[in-house]
Amino acid sequence: MSQSHDAALAEHGEHHEHHPFHQHHFATMEQQFDASKIGMWLFLATEILLFGGLFVGYGIMQAKHGEAFFAGHHHLDWKMGAVNTCFLLISSFTMVMAVWASSTNKAGEKKGQILGYLGLTLLCAAGFMVVKYFEYEHKFHDGLLPGKFFSYTGPDVVPNMFMFFSFYFMMTGLHGFHVLGGMGAIAFLMFRAAKGDYTSSYYTPVDLVGLYWHLVDLIWIYLFPLLYLIS
Amino acid sequence: MSTSHAHAEHNAHGHDHGHDHAHGWKGYLYILLALLVLTVITVGASRINFGSPAANVVIAMTIATIKASLVALFFMHLKDDKAINGLIFVSTLLFLGVFLGFCLIDADSRDDIRPATYKGPVDAKAMPLLNSEAPVFAPQVDPRKAPGAKPHGEGEHGGAPAH
Repeated sequence: MSQSHDAALAEHGEHHEHHPFHQHHFATMEQQFDASKIGMWLFLATEILLFGGLFVGYGIMQAKHGEAFFAGHHHLDWKMGAVNTCFLLISSFTMVMAVWASSTNKAGEKKGQILGYLGLTLLCAAGFMVVKYFEYEHKFHDGLLPGKFFSYTGPDVVPNMFMFFSFYFMMTGLHGFHVLGGMGAIAFLMFRAAKGDYTSSYYTPVDLVGLYWHLVDLIWIYLFPLLYLIS
Repeated sequence: MSTSHAHAEHNAHGHDHGHDHAHGWKGYLYILLALLVLTVITVGASRINFGSPAANVVIAMTIATIKASLVALFFMHLKDDKAINGLIFVSTLLFLGVFLGFCLIDADSRDDIRPATYKGPVDAKAMPLLNSEAPVFAPQVDPRKAPGAKPHGEGEHGGAPAH
């Protein structure tokens, strides 16, 4: 056992010194990277199913109460939704650029680029949340709230209109918490990138947060037409 | 198989772990532009009446799916990634489709999916506690079968032995 371990070490040592972020239970850095990535994809699968429940509920209720959903969607500003879509799409691009920069960062020469792209991603995410804040504030002011909190009494109120806002707040709210979580993760990446942890031989966290961030973008790609643009 | 072996050899020597992503960054910019153009198309398509609300939803969802595919294939690197990751993603979507499909078939076979006792949004504070004596869903009482109407029922029954 120890003999083979020594042999492995000797062979290992021939090629390059032990990478500081190489965990002992993985044979190679590549195996470690692939294993982490599969884990991340499994997590994303659970995320899809988490949002999937809301999408299915939306589909059923929209089919049953089309007029209530249609009346509700008039209170959403599609321009704000479109701006937020652009924020998330651009942030997805800057995120993939951060992954690209760290995966081609041979000897730390691209540290500034990684930090810059991550910073831009964080900025776009913040922009998204600011727009979201103004949207929510408007709904709170009008009493366009979910379930029993619905207190809107405008001329265009229709029965069961609260249901649209139940879905609106649950779906965009859950998505918004995911954006906030992603912002925390990106801030953490920036902290470690500033220490120079990420190079082409180790950038797993950047890649995994990137996957998560793209999923958040992907969910918004469906939320935007469903909530803002239904006809 | 031989390429993946060569890939592993290549990485074992610690030269270029990330050569999967080393194909330049301009492709990502084109994908971003395509996504932004498709967003404009989504907004434009929502203002055109394609005959029925269902047709508009189908068109909007088709464009969204094209956008989602671009994000998954290029930004999430599924195009060049190991097949297992794509398999996890696609099978998740497949099961989501089963979930959605069966729920819609079920909902389609009902006139009203609310409880029969539905009286508006639920007031959680007004609902009886689960440990209280009162039944949460009191059964609808038919006046003819209520205890007060028993003599009538007995009369019907009483008539039977007389035959």
